[in-house]
Amino acid sequence: MKNKIIIAVFILFAVLHQDFWNWDNSNLVFGFMPSGLAYHAGFSLVAVIFWSLVIKFAWPTELEEWADGKD
Amino acid sequence: MISFLSQAAPPAAAPVVSTTPIIVLAIYLCLLLGLALFSGRLFRGTSKDYFVASHSIGPFMLLMSVFGTTMTAFALVGSTGKTFQAGVGTYGLMASSSGLIHAACFFLIGIKVWAIAKRHGYVTQIQFFRSRFESNGLGYVLFPILVLLVVPYLLIGVIGSYRVIGPLSKGMFPDAFAAYGGSIPSWLTGIIICGVVLSYIFAGGSRAAAWANTFQTLVFMAMGMLAFYLISNKLGGLAAAIEQANPAHLVRTPSELEIVGKAGTSVREIGFPYLTFLTYMFIPLSVGMFPHLFQHWLTAKSAKSFRLTVIAHPLCIAIVWVPCVLIGLWATGVLSDTPGEAWPPIAMKIMGGLPDTSVGAVLSLTLKFLVSNPIIVGLVTAGILAAIMSSLDSQFLCLGTMFTNDIVLHKVGEDRFTDKQVVLIARCFVVAIVLVTYTLSLLLEKQQNVFDLAIWAFSGFAALTALVFAALYWKGATKAGAYACVISVAVSWLYFFIKSGGHEYTVGGVMPVAICFAVGALAMIVVSLFTKKPSDETIRKFFP
Repeated sequence: MKNKIIIAVFILFAVLHQDFWNWDNSNLVFGFMPSGLAYHAGFSLVAVIFWSLVIKFAWPTELEEWADGKD
Repeated sequence: MISFLSQAAPPAAAPVVSTTPIIVLAIYLCLLLGLALFSGRLFRGTSKDYFVASHSIGPFMLLMSVFGTTMTAFALVGSTGKTFQAGVGTYGLMASSSGLIHAACFFLIGIKVWAIAKRHGYVTQIQFFRSRFESNGLGYVLFPILVLLVVPYLLIGVIGSYRVIGPLSKGMFPDAFAAYGGSIPSWLTGIIICGVVLSYIFAGGSRAAAWANTFQTLVFMAMGMLAFYLISNKLGGLAAAIEQANPAHLVRTPSELEIVGKAGTSVREIGFPYLTFLTYMFIPLSVGMFPHLFQHWLTAKSAKSFRLTVIAHPLCIAIVWVPCVLIGLWATGVLSDTPGEAWPPIAMKIMGGLPDTSVGAVLSLTLKFLVSNPIIVGLVTAGILAAIMSSLDSQFLCLGTMFTNDIVLHKVGEDRFTDKQVVLIARCFVVAIVLVTYTLSLLLEKQQNVFDLAIWAFSGFAALTALVFAALYWKGATKAGAYACVISVAVSWLYFFIKSGGHEYTVGGVMPVAICFAVGALAMIVVSLFTKKPSDETIRKFFP
């Protein structure tokens, strides 16, 4: 179940990456950053949060023990 | 803006050019060499330490060495130049997608490969695939493909350093290098750059590479930030800087920009087609099959060392790329007299002329027009060299490791040599590879399409990712399936490569990498379904 949620969120990320609604948007965020860049910079930060959660909830503990010969 | 350009125009009398940037570079290279040779003293003298640092690299150094290896000079100068040419979509095209997909490759492929390789003692990709697919022949098929894909990647690093140092040093040494316009010739730049990298790789192997990469990654990240701060300051702040950028560059919708310049008129397409943007997402998959990255993964002390790399990699990409993309947008104003009006010849050339050979000039030109301080120019150039060398060292080492383990030791037998002799063989191969790369770089220096080859090398590695993914996650992936995958990727890649003439190419907007990946994955699935399954022993070995 956990893995299915991670895969679903990853696919959602891939879709959100296309941001077709932003393609023509030339507005500036905070007065200096074009919307297209601000969106994708935000995307990078959300990716950090996503991978933090993956590490927290789906860490392969048993794999590490196996690598060290503890099986 | 006009005043900046007139400052940059060469005076009629023989110019007195400050050698300060080269002195700054020399200090940087000495520092790097000192640090790397110090790390070489930590070398334990064993082949395991030479190839994979005895699995002792902790989280921070793993992050820095992996990030430094994946980010070539393109991260600093290419990102700025590509944005200058094609607009703001460059970040989404190359950076945010890499943040997501690189981290996925580290988590899904890197950690598992590390565990299997540590358990069974592999130090190269070929050893891993030979064992997983129970086939020596697969190693011989894969070996030349991997080597041929790494070589252009190596060449763009070395030739890139020529393109940085040559123009930077123009007129600095009128007596010593009169035949080269007073600039440092490529053959000397190559000796220095390859010599520095070779020195520490020779001395300390992957441990020295990890230390050097950590230092160099910190340097190029810091220098990117420095350039960003100084340029934005000169332009009157962030808001003023973006105000003078060309509006067509602030959106991703493709449009044609007519550039009326002093050297005539040219039309440049700005933006990205939807399909190209979508299918470009396959390119970052290349990190799953880079042999030099595979070797870096194996240096990790524990699986936990990967945690920081997985989490912080997208952040590190943002730290380097956001400032560089903004500089590229600002440059559309800085490098034109007035946005939309007369463009100077150099900016015209970059916009409409020879894309991949001249994009690197955007960052240095913008700095030159706005920040004329030679120390700053030297520091930022040191950052560019750091990005180049942090990839070169890993690639040299990885090729030396592959030749030693996958050809010599595999053929002759490990028992024939002592551990010290194995290290010596690896060192000899590293020296030979550096010499071959150096010679090729001088022969191909003037070839315009060498830089186009980089994207083809990335495409080849990315298309092969289906192989490693199937090897790790599908017990039913067979030896015949692996052959089918590798051969179909090679054939489809070669087809598109020949059709493109080695230049950038799409199939109706679709990047060829997406097609090659699909062909390889399909071949793996279909052939594996109908051929002999791996033995139970192999399954137990690879699927704990």
